[in-house]
Amino acid sequence: MGDSDDGIKSERTVFVTVGTTCFDALVKAVDTQEFKKELSARGYTHLLIQMGRGSYFPKKSTGEDGSLVVDYFIFSSSIADNLRSASLVISHAGSGSIFETLRLRKPLIVVVNEDLMDNHQSELAEELAERKHLFCAHPQTLFQTVASMNLESLLPYHPGDAAPVAKLINRFLGFPDD
Amino acid sequence: MGLRSQAERNLASHLERELRKLECTVSYNSSPCSFRGKGRNNRGSTVVLLIEMEKGNGCCFSAMTSNPTILVLVTIITVILTRVLYIMYQSGKPLHNTAPQSVSTLIVLGGHTAEMLNLLSMLQKDRFTPRFYIAAATDNMSLQKAHLMEKSLVDMVFFEVVKGKVVLAAETGGEALESAQFMQIYRSREVGQSYITSVVTTIIAIAHALWIMIKIRPQVILCNGPGTCLPLCVIAFLFKVVGIRWSSTFYVESIARVRRLSLSGLLLYKLHMADQFFVQWPQLQKKYPRAHYVGCLM
Repeated sequence: MGDSDDGIKSERTVFVTVGTTCFDALVKAVDTQEFKKELSARGYTHLLIQMGRGSYFPKKSTGEDGSLVVDYFIFSSSIADNLRSASLVISHAGSGSIFETLRLRKPLIVVVNEDLMDNHQSELAEELAERKHLFCAHPQTLFQTVASMNLESLLPYHPGDAAPVAKLINRFLGFPDD
Repeated sequence: MGLRSQAERNLASHLERELRKLECTVSYNSSPCSFRGKGRNNRGSTVVLLIEMEKGNGCCFSAMTSNPTILVLVTIITVILTRVLYIMYQSGKPLHNTAPQSVSTLIVLGGHTAEMLNLLSMLQKDRFTPRFYIAAATDNMSLQKAHLMEKSLVDMVFFEVVKGKVVLAAETGGEALESAQFMQIYRSREVGQSYITSVVTTIIAIAHALWIMIKIRPQVILCNGPGTCLPLCVIAFLFKVVGIRWSSTFYVESIARVRRLSLSGLLLYKLHMADQFFVQWPQLQKKYPRAHYVGCLM
């Protein structure tokens, strides 16, 4: 994050990702004037949308008139770089996306897709929101969430590890403990 | 007899007279033994009398031995059921034999590949070898990710993906290479597939799983969620029932499952098919006490 002297705003990107799913409701929600104004008001300069298999295409914008720079792409084999350079991540509720973002210590808003049948994904988002590791929202409540969020209140997530499982498996099979 | 009332005595003698009027035949071979006959009562109508005697031991025995196939069938079914129940409750007990050198491992990949690879990175590679990776035939990403991981261990790993067919890995390089094989299995059911066609595809998947299991006969099966693992785990269980190669099945429920188990997980848990069942959130451990709570893997 660079200095902001000379009136040059440092680049602060909001990265939106839907993974391999189709989540038009989220892409539409972030593509509204109201939402983009709110992001600008909060100091964000760029909006990058990874739209996956959705059929709604957002409008690109070069931001010459001082508004948000908006760009999108369909899919990429790895969003790690996009996550690393983002200041705020808005993601669908896939566990892969969520934990990749949390491991990079990025502020995260998880948006739950209500159109999915058997939405067990929301369980994970709600549990992590309860533990204050991220914010949880629906497409309709995304705007309020962004408008009222306090990023300072988020707690860092400490990644777990598979050592307990490995230990139990080894013991079961009769391998000596390390 | 003295306690019986006059009415009852009248009834008894009346019955005796009726009986004597009937032409009766007795059949001792039927079960229960019976005698039947017909005659006319005092009003002139035909009375059909069927008296069933108490089943004596003699009667029953003759009925049973006249049907040996039933006896054999019942015995077989009882034996099988007892064996299945024994295996179900025996799973979960750690193996008592001396520590093995290495165990052949079948790794089932699917929607939560990152978690599985995370677990694998904690397992000593020289203990869990040879390793076989298997993913659904329509799943392209999982095998690639596993391949990338294995690549860091071997010089070169080639694998050929031919849609719907078993894929084998070949290695080049020195002799001290880990061996890893990558395979595809027919999926029992695609997301959103109708349940009727699912029956057919599930049967195909089970047949394919059977062939794969017979080829590999793994000592360890690791799986973490997708339905791909069900046919394999069922076959492994049936192998145990029959006494072939005791595979230990380890199931790790995905981190995305906080309050409810996935369908595969629920089936494996309820039917005692996994030797050890791991959950990553305490809420699930409370609900399913036989599961081991191991905290988050990611």
